[in-house]
Amino acid sequence: MIVSQFLVLAALLFAFGVYGLLARRNAVMVLLSIELMLNAVNINLVAFEAFIRDSLASGQVFAIFVITVAAAEVGIGLAIVLMIFRNRTSANVDELDLMRW
Amino acid sequence: MSFADWIADGRNWAFVVLAVPVAFSGFRVVTSRNVVHAALFLVATLAGSAALFLLLSAEFVAWALVLVYIGAVVVLFLFGIMITRAPMGQETALDHDRRWPAIVAALSVFGLMAWSSVAAFEDQVVKMPGEATSTEVLGEALLGRYVIPFEIVSFVLLAALIGGITLARRDLSPAEEEEEAA
Repeated sequence: MIVSQFLVLAALLFAFGVYGLLARRNAVMVLLSIELMLNAVNINLVAFEAFIRDSLASGQVFAIFVITVAAAEVGIGLAIVLMIFRNRTSANVDELDLMRW
Repeated sequence: MSFADWIADGRNWAFVVLAVPVAFSGFRVVTSRNVVHAALFLVATLAGSAALFLLLSAEFVAWALVLVYIGAVVVLFLFGIMITRAPMGQETALDHDRRWPAIVAALSVFGLMAWSSVAAFEDQVVKMPGEATSTEVLGEALLGRYVIPFEIVSFVLLAALIGGITLARRDLSPAEEEEEAA
């Protein structure tokens, strides 16, 4: 196994995440795309850990940190989306233009 | 490394078998017109990634991914989809009308990242160890060298917990509070 094959797969998943982030209107779908990007980063971290093999397993430790922070981010993000939905009866990001100049 | 050498390795077959469904379901996450299907395709992507982690001998991370993501995060997403009554059936208004800028941005991100990582690492081989990274090594690293980030992350989780409750609970108006008390 070469390390580039994992990096290219992760780049592909990250690009899908970027597309979803920009093209989706629904805020829940935007959060799903962010999860996809974070998962791509995890693949990179674990692939580099397998490639470098340091004694502290840093890549895997940071992948665990990313998973944890992603879980916290989804919890807060969905709470905010819920709040917006309750106040405006819509979870579409392009209708949230209250603070647009 | 020539392509013949690459394809002769059984692990690369396993990689291809895993990577193709991962990429396909990742694609479907962002293109599916059905919100629930998109969430379930995310499950497929994450399960495939967990299998890739097993291939890279990162067992603990793989199972943490299955437990935290597939077990908790996706369930949270399904709750969010149902509570916000996001369009459940076939729905065209899920995307913006102008997709071209997004496609261009995604293609350039992929091109840049794929090109730079291939240019930097070319065909360097992942040396496979005999056994997987043991949970003991990970635990010692987490509670040794990385103990401060570890504690900060647990604090972040606590803050997210409190923030989530505060944001999502419904504040009662004074009249309703009197009713509750009565």
